[in-house]
Parts: sequence; structure tokens; C-alpha cells
Amino acid sequence: MGILEQISASLQKGNDTHVAELTRRAIEKKLPPKQILDDGLIGGMAVIGERFKAHEIFLPQVLLAARAMYAGMDLLKPLMIRENIPTSGKVVIGSVQGDLHDIGKNLVAIMLKGAGFEVIDLGSDVTPEQFVSAAEKEEAGAIGLSALLTTTMPVMKQVIDLLRERRLLSKIKVIIGGAPVTQKFADQIGADAYAFDGVSAVERVKALIGRE
Amino acid sequence: MKKIVSLPVRGVLPEEAEVLQAQGIPAAEKPDDRIIGLLDDAFTLFEQLARPVAIMAEISTLEFEKIYAGEGRNEPVTPVAEIYPQAECLALFAVTIGHDVETKISELFQTREFALGSLLDAVASAAADRAAADIEYRFLENLVKRQQTMTTMAASRFSPGYCGWHISGQKRLFAYLQPEEIGITLRSSFLMEPLKSVSGVLLAGAPGLFVIADSYPFCAACQDHSCQTRMPTRLSI
Repeated sequence: MGILEQISASLQKGNDTHVAELTRRAIEKKLPPKQILDDGLIGGMAVIGERFKAHEIFLPQVLLAARAMYAGMDLLKPLMIRENIPTSGKVVIGSVQGDLHDIGKNLVAIMLKGAGFEVIDLGSDVTPEQFVSAAEKEEAGAIGLSALLTTTMPVMKQVIDLLRERRLLSKIKVIIGGAPVTQKFADQIGADAYAFDGVSAVERVKALIGRE
Repeated sequence: MKKIVSLPVRGVLPEEAEVLQAQGIPAAEKPDDRIIGLLDDAFTLFEQLARPVAIMAEISTLEFEKIYAGEGRNEPVTPVAEIYPQAECLALFAVTIGHDVETKISELFQTREFALGSLLDAVASAAADRAAADIEYRFLENLVKRQQTMTTMAASRFSPGYCGWHISGQKRLFAYLQPEEIGITLRSSFLMEPLKSVSGVLLAGAPGLFVIADSYPFCAACQDHSCQTRMPTRLSI
């Protein structure tokens, strides 16, 4: 088994120590960082995503794999910055104003990072102005909005309205999620996508802004 | 009369299967040893950090009518509206498992202990619901002790934000009950802090009162339908 396959296999087992060690060895062997990322780390997370969708593994295993992914990414990130290697895309994410629930948003952020996206996590209780300003400043391709309360769902529309007002709707895609949120609601407010969970969020964001 | 009740942590601990199910793991599935180890850690942390406490106050039907009316945003027909005028006894309640567990969950996510953080979050959510169930039981037990007319009584709890009772109902509920006394505050979005808190009304009466149809207009949008499986507490004299 090649070293990249070993990285992928260790990541799938959630073995962060092995992933870090193997990534270090791959770097020492002068393998291109982008290849280590794509074929080792992201490749491993893609398998995890598929197995999760097939109900072969469950959330805790996905999160252990994500931690292993981060262990490898810590070593690769400085090299990727130095070599100016682009990420899969940039996403600004947060729980909308009035909402402090952030577990679901955290899980989506973890999964997006696992798929190679750069994630700007604004935390919870984020105003429409903060979302739009951050996305504009960071030149993000998408904004991810999370709400767990029916009373805070209207803030999602306010974010879209603000993007429209600033003529940014064609540049910045909006993806929404959270327990009370539905595809129907996403259609009503003009969001570009709705995601049920972290894995589907990755699929939707890839489809909207993902770079190959 | 308002009452503050400290609840024993062990009394609100959920079943392991309940927590695993909240993580998407079906009851028939046997998780591997690593997940079981993390689950044990989550329970240990919860026992160390949780401070379950409740506040409750009996309330008259007339007083509750004003609280239930809230900001005028309830659905026209709801189970609460149908049940409370016939209830023998009503009480407002709020329970929380405290701030420390939530602080720990955030810390775990920040230090990349995602799986443990997620499991602790699931333990805490289930425990908050158990704490509410515990208060429901105590409320009914107390009623049955003093009840002279009925041989069997039942009780059930309803919360703003569910079953057609608009979440803005929290405003009047908080003004009456003042759960701030046990550390629960209400934000302008009607969200409670700590998040792992439950508030609502306890209704007690004849068991037949609590048969709830799953066919109100708002039931179609509900992703829970736990009203059909969560049986009211019943006690006999």
C-alpha cells in the first residue's frame, strides 16, 4: 500500500497520530502537498462521507476521522500557503442572529474543512451585516447559514436580501440548514441550496462553488 | 407557590441507547469499543459538570389563559388550548442542567475533541428532557397525594415553540415564573440560556385528556411527532 493510501486508511480509522506521522513522511518524500491533500486526506474523508451516507458508519466515527484529517492538515497548511495552492473554495459560516445553537453549524464546518474548503466560522448570533461583510472581505464563494429556531429563520432571508441589495447574489451562493429548515423554505427565500446534514452540505457546496 | 428543586444528576442521566440514537446509531447496531469508551467519558464529564435544577409554580386556569395568549401568535387550534381549560391543576416550570456542561462542549470542539463534544452534547440534551420529565412526575405525585376525587391522574408537559404554542409565549412565561432565579435567561429571540433548558406548562387531569391527535395543521411540518410516543405520566391513589 502506497503512503497516500495509508494516510487515507488511517484517516478512515480515525487514527490522528498515524495520519500525522504518515503525512510527515509523505512531505519528507517530497510528494506534492496538493497530492497528499487530495489523494490522502480528502480521499479518506470522501470514503467516510460515502460510508456515512450508506449508514455503514455514524457521526462519532465521522468526527474521529475529521480530527485525523486536521492532524494531517496542520502539517500541510503551511506548505500550501507557501506554494500558493488554492483550497477547494472559501465558505463563511455561522448561526444566524438570535440563535446560539452551534453544534450543527460546527459539524458542517468540520465536514467542509475535511473536504478541503477554507471555512471562516463566524460563530453564533451573527448579524446579516456580519455575514455579508465577511463574505465580501474574504472573497468567499458561499455563505452557510444555520438556524435552530423558527423565530430566527427569517434572518436567513435578511442575509439574502442584503446580498441582493449589494449586488452580490450572483457572486456569493447561500446554503441553509438547521432542524426547522426545509427545502421548501430554501426555495421560498431564494437560497441556492438546503442541506440536511454535514455530508449533504459538502455535496451542495461542492456543486455550487467547488474547484476541481 | 413557587418552588426551586435541585435534581440529582444521576436521576436525569439518559440511557446509553438514547444518546447513541441521537448520534444516528440505531439500537440494533453495536458501536465499536472506541465509541463506547467516548460515550463513557461523556457520561463521566456530564456527572462532574451538570447541576440540574428546576423552578415551578402552580397557576390558575385564568392566569394561564393570559400567559398562553402570549404575543397573540399561537395557532388557532392547539392541544394546549384544548386541554388546559379542563385540567385539574396547572403549573409553569423551567429546568436546566446548568452552564458548565455547555462550556465544556465548546471547549471540546475548540480542542478538536469533536466526537466527545458531540456525545456530551447528546447526553446533555437528553438529560434536560429527563429533568423535565422528573419535574412532571414530582408535580403529579404531589397532586395525587392531596387529590381526593380522582383515583387515577395523568400529567403532561407542553413548551412554547411546539404543538402550535408560539415560542414568543416564553416572554409571559418568564415574566410570571422568573427562571432567572435558577440561572436561565431569555434572549430577544426567545431562546433560553443555558441552551440545555426546558420550560413550559404542566397540565394534570383525567388520563383521557391527554390523547393528542397527530392531525393539527401544524403537525404536517413537525419533524418530531414525539407526542404520539411520549405517554403522559400516570399515577393512581
